[in-house]
This record gives sequence, C-alpha cells and structure tokens, in this order.
Amino acid sequence: MTKRATDPLRSPDSAGAPVVEVFGLTKVFGGTLALDAVDLVLYRQEVLALLGSNGAGKTTLLKLLSTALRPSAGEGRIFGQDLRKERDAIRRRIGMISHNHHLYEDLTAEENLRFAAIMHGCRADRPAITKALGEVELERQAGSKVRTFSTGMKRRLVIAKMLLFDPELLFLDEPHNTLDQAAIALLNGYVAAVRSRGGAAIVATHNLSRAFEMADRFVILRDGAVRYAVAKYEGISIDGLRTLYARYAEGGDEVPEAAPSAERPVPRA
Amino acid sequence: MTSPRSAGYVGVAALGFVAAGLYLGLVAAPPDAVQGEVQRIMYLHVPSILTAYLAYTVTFIASIWYLWRRTPTADAIAVSSAEVGVAFTGITLATGSIWGKSTWGVWWTWDARLTLTAILFTIYVGYLMLRSFAEEPQAAARYGAVVAILGFLDIPLNHLAVQWWRTLHQPSSILRPGGPSIALSMLVPLVVNLLGLLLVYAYLLATRLRLEQIRQRTLEVRLRGRRG
Amino acid sequence: MSAESYVADLCRRTWAMTWKDVRVELRARERLNAMLFFAALVLFIFNFALGPDREKLREAAPGLLWLAFIFTGMLGLGRSFQAERENECFEELLLMPGDRESLYFGKLVGNILFMLLAEAVILPLFGVLYNLDIWPWLPGLALVAVLGTVGFSTIGTLLAAMTAHLRAREVMLPLLLFPLTVPVILGAVHASDALLAGRGLADAAHWVKLLAAFDIVFLVVCPLAFEFVLEE
Repeated sequence: MTKRATDPLRSPDSAGAPVVEVFGLTKVFGGTLALDAVDLVLYRQEVLALLGSNGAGKTTLLKLLSTALRPSAGEGRIFGQDLRKERDAIRRRIGMISHNHHLYEDLTAEENLRFAAIMHGCRADRPAITKALGEVELERQAGSKVRTFSTGMKRRLVIAKMLLFDPELLFLDEPHNTLDQAAIALLNGYVAAVRSRGGAAIVATHNLSRAFEMADRFVILRDGAVRYAVAKYEGISIDGLRTLYARYAEGGDEVPEAAPSAERPVPRA
Repeated sequence: MTSPRSAGYVGVAALGFVAAGLYLGLVAAPPDAVQGEVQRIMYLHVPSILTAYLAYTVTFIASIWYLWRRTPTADAIAVSSAEVGVAFTGITLATGSIWGKSTWGVWWTWDARLTLTAILFTIYVGYLMLRSFAEEPQAAARYGAVVAILGFLDIPLNHLAVQWWRTLHQPSSILRPGGPSIALSMLVPLVVNLLGLLLVYAYLLATRLRLEQIRQRTLEVRLRGRRG
Repeated sequence: MSAESYVADLCRRTWAMTWKDVRVELRARERLNAMLFFAALVLFIFNFALGPDREKLREAAPGLLWLAFIFTGMLGLGRSFQAERENECFEELLLMPGDRESLYFGKLVGNILFMLLAEAVILPLFGVLYNLDIWPWLPGLALVAVLGTVGFSTIGTLLAAMTAHLRAREVMLPLLLFPLTVPVILGAVHASDALLAGRGLADAAHWVKLLAAFDIVFLVVCPLAFEFVLEE
C-alpha cells in the first residue's frame, strides 16, 4: 500500500548499483530533530522528487546527501562511497543547483565559471567555458558582471557551471523559483539529459506540477520523516499526487504503517 | 567517575585540604621577612594560577580529542575545564591585584605575570563567549575546540613576549632549577593549598561534567520520545 | 596523487582563490577604501589625542604606527568573508572537492596583500604627518611589517571565517584576535622601535625571531584547523 522510499523503480531503464543508498539518516541541530531516520535508494536514470512544505527537512536531506553536512546518525553511500569518510570523492561527482545561486555578483560570467571550474578540478580553459556558455545561450554575456543578470540568466549560468562539472548526480533545491518558462524548459532539459546519459537527480520542491513533469518517483517528507513514497509507473496522476501531498505533507494523517525501518533495498526484479 | 557519591568524596576531601591549607597559610606560617602579612595571599594566588594552567591543558587535550573523534564527552570536558579555569584565573587576577595594591600601592601594574594572566583570562572568556554565540552545539564545540588549541599554543609565545617586555614580579621561587628556594614552613602551606585547589578543580569538573551529561541525555530522551 | 601534483594543485587553487578575492575587491572597492580612510582617520586622531609635543610623538611613534596597522588590518579581516556572506557562497565552498588548506591559503594571501597595501600607504603618510624620517629604515621596517602582518593575518583569517556566521561578529573577532596576537604586536612594536631609534634590527633580534616563530607555528596550525571551522 504505502511504497517505501527504498523501493526501486521497476522499469527497464534503471540498471546497475544504486547511486544513493541511505539508511536511518538522522540530523539533529541542537534540540531540533531535522531529519528522522530517513531511508532512501536511488538508481541511475531516476529522478526523485522530495516533496514537503517548508521545514519538512528537504533542504537538510539534500545538504546531507551532498556532504555539506555530517549526519548525526545513520549510514549512507553515494556511488558506493561513504557519506562520512569519502566526502571528497563524492563531491567530485555531484552538482547542486539551488535557488541561492552561489555566484559572485562582482565577477563576470566567465570569471565565475573559471573560478568554479578550477576549484572543482574540471576543465577551466577558455574554449570549454565558451562552449558551456554557448549551450545556455550566454556567450554574449560572458564578460558581463553577474550583478546585471536576471534570475533566469543566473540560473542558466549555474547550468553552464554544471555542464563544466558534468556531475553524475544532480541535486536541485527549489530550482524553479522565480523562473520564466524558457529557463524552466532549459533546466528540465538539462536534468533529462543527465538522466538519459545514465545520471540521476534529486529535486526538492513544493511545486507539485514541476515535480510531476521532471520526476519518476516522489517522496513526501514531513517533520523530517518520510511519510509517503510513490512512483510514476504506478499510474499516479497529478491530481492523485496533489491529494497525497495534501494528506501527508500538510494534513494530520499518520502513515498507517510504522515509520520506515532501515531495511536493505528489495532485490531488483 | 562522575557519580554523585564519588564527586561528593572529592568535594569533602577538597574542603578538608583547603581548610587545612588556609589555616596553615593564613595563621600558622610565619610572615614574610620583607612583605609582612600581605604575602599570605600568595598561598591562594600561586595555587590558583597553577590549577588554571592545568585546567587549560585539559581543555587543550580534550579539544584535540573532540576534533579527532567527535565524542560529546570530550567536548563536555573541554568546556567544563575551561569554565573552572576561567574562575581560577579570575581568582588569580583578583588576589594578584590585592597583593599589588598592598605591595606597590596600585591596583594594577603591567608586570609580566599579571599581564600574562590577564591575557589568558581574556582568551578563555572569549572562548566561552564564542561558544555561547554559536548557532548550535556542534558548531560551538568545533569553534571552541579550535580556539582552545590556538590559545594553548599561543601561551608560550605570549609568555616570552610579555616577559621580555616587562618584569617587576619576583623571579620564580618554586619552578626553578635547583629546587624551591623558599622556606619549608612556607612551602608546606603552599603545597597543601595547591592540593586543595586541585581537588576543588576536580570536584567542579566532575559536577559540571555530570550536568553536561544529564543535559545530553535529556536531549536524547526528548528526541527519542518524538520519534515514538 | 604524487607530492608534486598535490603541491601544484594546492598552488593553483590558492591562486584561484586569491585572484577571485582581489578581483572582487577591485570591482567593489569597499574594503580597501574603508581601510585607507580609517587609517588616515586614526593617524589624525592620534595627533589630536597626544597633543603637539614633538618628543612625545616621537617616542610613541612605533606604537602608533602599529596601532594604525592593527586596527586597519582588523577592519579588513572583518570583511574578508564578506563576498561569501553576501553572495551566499559558503555552501559552495563546502561543496568544492579537494583540500581545505588551499581555501585557507587563498583567503590568507588575499588578506595579507590588502593589509600590506594599506600599510604601504599608511607608512609614508605617518612619516609625513609626524615628521619622522622613515626612509633610511625602510628595508627593516618592511621586513617587520611583513612578519607582523603575516602573523596577524594567519589567526585573523581563521577567526574571520569562524565569526562570519556569528551574531555579534564585530565584537567577537577583535575579542578573540587581540589577546592571541599580543606577541605579534609586542614584537612588531619593539622591532620598529629599535629601527626608528637608529639602534638597528640586531638590537631587536629576539623580537624578530619571536615574530618568525609565531608565523611558522600558525602557518602550520591554522590551515589544518580551517577544515573544522568551515564544515562539520
């Protein structure tokens, strides 16, 4: 009845070892339980949407998975590498697109990319940067300061950064905030490209229509715990998703079963 | 180690030693040939600073241990020891100031030892303030540990600098090659007081540590209760 | 990864970080302007505070000079993570693969450069305003300035990163930094004093050695500690 977040996507697309495997992931900030024993599995060519209202723990989970934070309890592996001990190896293969752009406003587009590329350890030469800017249609703004950019342009610059990094796992934190249609299309296109090339993505959002467009699986969080999980192949519609969201993300219903326990993922069919 | 009963024994022993030490120092020991009665304050002043140094050393070691292993106990020891250390440093400053007033007529002199003690006091008060301003306990522990390590490594450098800068203090009469140069009748109360203060330190540390452990356990229970 | 490629990588990343800071500062020009203006202000106020007595000013000169350097340096350090704070780039630093030491060194070199630049302006201004002949002693003064600036900035950069997120950070940075850098202040002032009084650096050799020792200790400890300051 209730799918667990550890249930893999049973479709011919997914293959191979999981990209993300976490069990009992918990995060405590002082006296607050931000994440409560979350189990999650993600395979290649899957896009997972983390749904929930503000304070549900979506951003915290993303930060833990992207190694920006250390878990208080639980274990996790990204690309088979330990979340606590092999953070550096993980960081080389991931990328984060956030509603905070992490761009230096006083630098030009080109300078921002060059700095990020050098620090990331990927190609930082001019041809590579020009090519990346070209793919997001920002070549003409290469020498303009980011301060002069609109939100859509900034988001496109971040995508250009991702093109340089070429991550296998993408994290997106409320990426559609304040974006116009063209930018949304570009973003969705990029995520789809990552997916089709064998990568994976996790999108945290409270925008259900966007999530429905992009993702294969949906996990609903509330108060730091997984309340419900459902996959697209099960035939859920956008309205069905809305109902589930209203019930589990916002309503007072408790999940009929006990909270997800730390189980190994079900063997692939 | 931090059970109420064992802490209680330490506390009683501390009380005993301090009482004995104070009696020996303030009443039984002979007055100093040069300085007279006011010299008796040394029996509190010197053991205070020595205990403070011990406390800061413990904080240093606990801080390294915390950054390496991230055990909450290590952090609890570090902060507890620093708090007690600050208290003892405060006592050192106060007694030093009183001594200075009686001996040299001024409440404060920029003499090497006193200045160094004041710097030490400021560093560790800063440590405690930093911890209180941090966003959450893990940050407080990390930042505190780093500052405690910097502070401890800084002490010898500060010591040299301030000493070269100024010396009005008597040259060290205990920690000197060749053994102590003060009379036995004065050394005994000094040592007794030192032991007393060390026991007071141990008692306060144990008590504060227990408080910290109770706090952490309460937090765990509260969080576990939420999960249901 | 071999030792050479590790060092090469460290240098490349450090340089990228420093270059970024310098570029941002040259465009925004907030920090440098504030530092220079503040330094000029401090020099003027000292003059008014100490009165017209030439001899008194001459005696106090090394101390005043380093007071100006230190307060100006403090101002600069307080802003060293401004760009990261304003642009919300701290998280970006966390996500960067690779060592944390280069992040620290990158920031450190930037801070040292800005402080030295301010000092290069303050020193001649100081000579002019207080009628002191600094030029014969310039090499010695420069050496002392570099040693002192490096020492001050090593701990300063680390503490600036730590206090960047804190409430009351304008208070916490000086409160933590000053007692820890007393050896630097004393050393620099005494060495400068020996120079300006014509006694030569040999007279203050022990102070110079103390400065060097301080620099070495914290150039080793601070980059290692940076990792713990930056992230959990």
